[in-house]
Amino acid sequence: MAELITTYDTDAIIAEKGYDDHFHEHHHGDKYQSGFIHHYIFSMDHKIIARQFLITGIFWAIIGAAMSIIFRLQLGFPEESLAWLKPLLGKWIVVDEAGIGTLAPEFYYALVTMHGTILVFFVLTAGLSGTFSNLLIPLQIGARDMASPFLNMLSYWFFFMAGVVMFYSLFLSTGPFSGGWTAYPPLSALPQASTGSGTGMTLWLVSLTLFVVSVLLGGINYITTVLNLRTQGMSLWRMPLTIWAFFVTAILGLLSFPVLASGFFMLIFDRSLGTSFFLSDIFINGQALDRVGGTPILYQHLFWFLGHPEVYIIILPAMGISSEVLSVHARKPIFGYKAMVLSILAIGFLSFIVWAHHMFMSGVNPFISNFFVIFTLIIAVPSAIKVFNWITTLWGGNIRLNSAMLFAIGFVSMFISGGLTGIFLGNSAIDIQLHDTYFVVAHFHIVMGIAAFFGMFAGIYHWYPKMFGRFMSETMGRIHFWGTLIGAYAIFWPMHYIGMAGVPRRYYSFDTFDAFSHFDDMNKFITIAAIVVFALQLLFVLNFFYSIWKGKVVKSRNPWGATTLEWSTPIDPGHGNWPGKIPSVHRWAYDYGKDGIEFVPQYIPMVEGEEAGDAGH
Amino acid sequence: MAETAVHTAEHDHHHDMDAHWDGGSRPFKASYGKLMMWYFLLSDAFTFAGFLIAYGTLRVSMQTWPVPDFVFSTIPETVGNLLPGGAHHKPLYFVTFMTFVLLFSSYTMVRAVQEGQQENKKGVVFWMVLTILGGMGFLGCQAWEWNTLIAKEHMTITKNPFSAHTEAGKYLEGDGHDIKAGDTFEPGESYLIHKHGGEWHNLKYEVTEGPNTGQVKQQAFGPKAFGALFFFITGFHGFHVLSGVIFLIIICVNAASGLYVKRKNGYEMVEKIGLYWHFVDLVWVFVFLVFYLL
Repeated sequence: MAELITTYDTDAIIAEKGYDDHFHEHHHGDKYQSGFIHHYIFSMDHKIIARQFLITGIFWAIIGAAMSIIFRLQLGFPEESLAWLKPLLGKWIVVDEAGIGTLAPEFYYALVTMHGTILVFFVLTAGLSGTFSNLLIPLQIGARDMASPFLNMLSYWFFFMAGVVMFYSLFLSTGPFSGGWTAYPPLSALPQASTGSGTGMTLWLVSLTLFVVSVLLGGINYITTVLNLRTQGMSLWRMPLTIWAFFVTAILGLLSFPVLASGFFMLIFDRSLGTSFFLSDIFINGQALDRVGGTPILYQHLFWFLGHPEVYIIILPAMGISSEVLSVHARKPIFGYKAMVLSILAIGFLSFIVWAHHMFMSGVNPFISNFFVIFTLIIAVPSAIKVFNWITTLWGGNIRLNSAMLFAIGFVSMFISGGLTGIFLGNSAIDIQLHDTYFVVAHFHIVMGIAAFFGMFAGIYHWYPKMFGRFMSETMGRIHFWGTLIGAYAIFWPMHYIGMAGVPRRYYSFDTFDAFSHFDDMNKFITIAAIVVFALQLLFVLNFFYSIWKGKVVKSRNPWGATTLEWSTPIDPGHGNWPGKIPSVHRWAYDYGKDGIEFVPQYIPMVEGEEAGDAGH
Repeated sequence: MAETAVHTAEHDHHHDMDAHWDGGSRPFKASYGKLMMWYFLLSDAFTFAGFLIAYGTLRVSMQTWPVPDFVFSTIPETVGNLLPGGAHHKPLYFVTFMTFVLLFSSYTMVRAVQEGQQENKKGVVFWMVLTILGGMGFLGCQAWEWNTLIAKEHMTITKNPFSAHTEAGKYLEGDGHDIKAGDTFEPGESYLIHKHGGEWHNLKYEVTEGPNTGQVKQQAFGPKAFGALFFFITGFHGFHVLSGVIFLIIICVNAASGLYVKRKNGYEMVEKIGLYWHFVDLVWVFVFLVFYLL
């Protein structure tokens, strides 16, 4: 067997073996490099757009998290005065004669609603998959950019406009929408139903319709890029798991968001034109409305047909990122690559046939529930395969415990903890007790909130050198990790107990419920933990922006010793990613520790007699 | 720095797979632009599927539903005067015509794409103009149909005067159109409640069979969801046709200007708008099925 080269000049190999796409023979007329506006604002470079998504996501994450702190204060310390928040919240804090300030209940509901909407859509969909799909798809498959850089730019700006509209709705005198992030009718369909149901809900719908456009523009681009723009030799089975995850995520978005849009359009008609698609038998102030014939359950079906794939739209990118980070920093090939890919596909497929498990208690037929119970529980199988493979990837690895790796491991921990409670909730019988309690809140926060955030953090720490040419501070990163890991469990673990005891979610106050009064101390504890975790996220934000200008400079183009193509670009890749030819690919993405060599990048040709790393193929 | 030439022994792991999937080329032999159009259409299909599922859900939850043969039975007077029996009682005549116009425009679209593949600019423009006319013709027909329903028959998004009887009975008064006092009807027979001078005239009738025999009742309005769904879904489809016509015009002008000759990509834009146009026609087939045939 010929000797596998262990030292090489990346540029020389790409020049010799690379794939010539005649990039520089065309005049691209691109304005990317010309001036601030085209370079940083209306950029069509996927790397810039990725950073735009990320920074916008961070902005929204701070707002969404701060809202949760305010409503946690109400839940943990209902007796304390919130008068000190009056400068920020204005009339939503009602101060009585004794100077005691209380949070207006309407605004409490608005906070809960906005927290959910912002985190689910703006942060964990746009901020996560928008950032990393944009950054990594072209870089890791060896493409110059997305299939349509222009639509890609539009995707960001539609997201931005959605954000502007939602942000504006926060300042309405009637407040933003307050009927829950799922926007069920009739609260969302009748402007007179609550204070937030008027202009607040209208803006909510406008904002999220713009958001759907953004997701579709992005998703169409991601799918097409993955299918059509892979470099020579990058077969589907050689794609890194990140790409598989983003690819399936984009497909889920493409098929589920349009159905949400159809629900939104009907809701707009119900609100503005007097139709009754989702309304029937409504009484307001004792008067029956002339709105009959519709059914709110229909909206729930349309919503959750998006809503369930949506949680996989959130978690799949985190899974892909963690798989990559675990493998790179354990210096080992990912265990069971093919099983990982098939699990992603299986999860993607199953996610479309489980939506009604969100509606067990909505009056759907219990026999139909059985169908959804079974498929819900089956999702545990591919999920467990993935968990098994992550753990076995770590097993015997030469682990580097840096911030990225810590968060990737933390992701696995959170995914296990939150996933197990999903098996409880997937049973329609147990759901009778657990539905709409803090058990549900604990479950989904751990499994798709914290876990997705951990995947996102792993990705940010890992690809920060690629994005900004500097490293983030390791010290701050580790404080961030350990504090967040412990703090997140401190917040959500107790919620399981509260939930099993039947404490309902979304309630403003439990004063009048004797059965729940002995949870006061636990609620205080949760609130304090939430404040600590929030402070740690501000530390992360500080680290993020500090490191852009002051972080340790990246000196070598492949600082982590990774195999994937993004590390074969120059440290600060220009538009087009590779200065000359595109690297061609000769092996899968996980040749770590093969034949005694620490890592072999994908663009290194196979030597004679060498067995492909993934024996499965 | 390795100076030795690297011997490549590239294993072909994918002999069972189309070589196109190994990267460096287009898997479906389609350009990225066409693929993107396909994926957009896929997502749009899901939006329409959402609407049609809503239609099905609401329809099956209703006790009665207007009969399409009865509701859509008017044709324009000018044409009706040439036919025996006038402009009324011509079930589905008009919608069949407008469906034919739309489907024919799909045929002309195919011809435009064909001419494009043969780089025949004149042919492309000629057939695209016919397609545009077909699209506009369809929109015109839809405008006429909506106008008839709204202005003459007073069906709106919130009020539906079309319904069908659930019991047998005998009319106690006439409506001055087709129904005379004393006429009898069977369950399932359709009726339209007329509006004269801003007043609805729900006819009185006497039930002649079943447990309610002898009771005097009034014609009830039909399910509101019928009007709402009809205008909502055909409107959404019409909006697609309208957008299609606008894009067709833009692309037709571009083709006529010789832009695509300059681009040397074989009238790909014509193909892309063609995909969209056929999709819009296909959606109409489903809309036609649920509103006019079922």
